Amino acid sequence: MNALRRNKFRAFLTMLGIIIGVASVIAMLAIGQGSKKSIQDQMADMGTNLIFAMPGSEQRGGVQMGNSDAQTIKLSDVEAVERECTAISAVSPQVSSRGQVVYGNKNWPSTVYGVNEKYLDIRKYTLAAGRIFSEAEVRSYAKVCIVGQTVVDNLFGTDIDPIGKSVRFNNIPFKIIGVLAEKGENGMGQDQDDLMLSPYTTVQKRILSITHIQGIFASAVSEDMNDVAIEQLTQTLRKAHKIKENDTDDFRVMSQSELVSTFTSISDVLTALLGAIAGISLLVGGIGIMNIMYVSVTERTKEIGLRLSVGGRGVDIMMQFLVEAILLSVSGGVVGIMLGILATWAVSSVMNWPVVIMSSAVFFSFLVCSAIGIFFGWYPARKAAALNPIDALRYE
Amino acid sequence: MNKPKTIIEVSGLKKDFHVGEITVHALKGINLEIKQGEFVAIMGTSGSGKSTMLNILGCLDKPTAGQYVLDGVSMGELGKNQLAGLRNNKLGFVFQSYNLLPRTTALENVELPLFYNSKVKAKERKERAIAALEAVGLSDRMYHMPNQLSGGQQQRVAIARSLVNDPVVILADEATGNLDTRTSYEIMSLLQRLNEDGKTIVFVTHEPDIARFTTRNVVFRDGHIIREEMVKDRLNAAEMLKNLPVEED
Ligand SMILES: Nc1ncnc2c1ncn2[C@@H]1O[C@H](COP(=O)(O)OP(=O)(O)OP(=O)(O)O)[C@@H](O)[C@H]1O
Ligand SMILES: [Mg+2]
Repeated sequence: MNALRRNKFRAFLTMLGIIIGVASVIAMLAIGQGSKKSIQDQMADMGTNLIFAMPGSEQRGGVQMGNSDAQTIKLSDVEAVERECTAISAVSPQVSSRGQVVYGNKNWPSTVYGVNEKYLDIRKYTLAAGRIFSEAEVRSYAKVCIVGQTVVDNLFGTDIDPIGKSVRFNNIPFKIIGVLAEKGENGMGQDQDDLMLSPYTTVQKRILSITHIQGIFASAVSEDMNDVAIEQLTQTLRKAHKIKENDTDDFRVMSQSELVSTFTSISDVLTALLGAIAGISLLVGGIGIMNIMYVSVTERTKEIGLRLSVGGRGVDIMMQFLVEAILLSVSGGVVGIMLGILATWAVSSVMNWPVVIMSSAVFFSFLVCSAIGIFFGWYPARKAAALNPIDALRYE
Repeated sequence: MNKPKTIIEVSGLKKDFHVGEITVHALKGINLEIKQGEFVAIMGTSGSGKSTMLNILGCLDKPTAGQYVLDGVSMGELGKNQLAGLRNNKLGFVFQSYNLLPRTTALENVELPLFYNSKVKAKERKERAIAALEAVGLSDRMYHMPNQLSGGQQQRVAIARSLVNDPVVILADEATGNLDTRTSYEIMSLLQRLNEDGKTIVFVTHEPDIARFTTRNVVFRDGHIIREEMVKDRLNAAEMLKNLPVEED
């Protein structure tokens, strides 16, 4: 089309509006959607049927105690849960302590979690090597542990096999019997491999010198049974703690899926925000297209007048302008899509952000920009082509 | 000598313009007949209706009333697309303000009318455009853009464009209005040559000395034809050009 060649700059500006509009929508939504998806994935990785109970505020003689050092959850609660909660398939106590892990002349600050042998399944950890501690070892406060990959990396490097080695945690020697498979960061950026697992009895007795426990971790039999499991757990604990009908719980029960939905809704807000920004750039791009097309109406109307006066029929001229507008808009849209995908890819590889390109965003932005471009390219032409040639020529 | 064919026949032609509440009667009943091979100058004061008349003859505008028969075809019955076809096949229009497409070569500008003629293929279109540019003496300016051409050259491109479809009549509205004497003479000698080759030309001007290059003068005033006369001592533009004092180079 020679008209496009003739008005390279105008064509370029129009295309630029479309390109920016399409590309920004695609990139923004890809970033928003990516963060949402990664949070969901990683949360799901932590187990979507995970349920846990933490000590809540305790009432002693009508005085509310803070919950940080509340000691409301006991080992007998775990037994009661095991016995009574049919919707729960596995349950483990949890106690934990931060401290320094030492091997030879190397040391590393980490956390030891005191748990039972079911904890791995509940938290979706798997063993890369070695074995899990036995019930007998739990009963006998055995000084054995399973370590996460971060601890291995920092104390042993790649050359030494940690299995069978002895590390010290707060000066207490622990024999390593297993290594956890790497899990990476969770949705909140925490390293899930920076930990040690030991029998809860060992941590209770040898490290913390306590008899209560700090939390209960459990798996619902399935994700759909989460709500039932939460209810059963709550009722079991209320009964075990002898809480009266109208009194508040001295513990809190939460589920992973609740956390997932909380974080998902946070990232939904983020996506909506990015979407709004993208929408604005789409609007700005669209207005840009309209402007350029509109400003050129005078010139185009004159051109159309001339084309009519040398014998072009209205339909010929309209078709010509329509084809021109389609060509411009579609090629702008395609370049925009490519640029958007490129920008998304650049963001994901340079900033290391998770991205998910949404086909609906690609489709929608392309559609909107093309429609604006085509309409505002074609509509003035249609109007002009309906005029008497002389009126179109005289147009100012 | 057999009688020349009638190319244009107009009777009772009226044209009103409505501007707000006011109606301007630009043409108030025009009767005019133009035969093949004539070179007619339409003259008259400003606002007398010359351009209005020419636009209607060129099928760029529609009359309010009256008959117009062009080369045997009655305009009144034709639809938009048929009129476009007529403009494409039978008419060549030269505008006072050239009306060339900007940023488009002289050659492509001249090709434009043929572009809308489906019978003419790309190769023929180019050949004919080149021939038309040669006829107006611009074969060395074919790939120039309008803004790289002088006013006279642009007007010659416009004339080439009006010629390229081999029309039965060329209509020119003050084609020399913007040009100096020498360039005007050049254009007139070009038109005279075309006329000698048999083209019918209708030419609007309000300069009496330009009108003396034509064969017949029709004078408009206030929407009427007030006088029609054959040019007695017709001037030859090519000779006049030779006799012009040579400007210093
Ligand atoms: N589009 C229009 N709308 C309203 N009035 C018009 C229009 N075109 C022409 N007229 C009026 O019609 C009359 C004739 O105009 P026209 O342009 O034909 O004059 P003209 O003889 O060509 O004058 P000039 O020598 O100045 O070009 C004028 O009074 C003018 O005001
Ligand atoms: Mg005029």
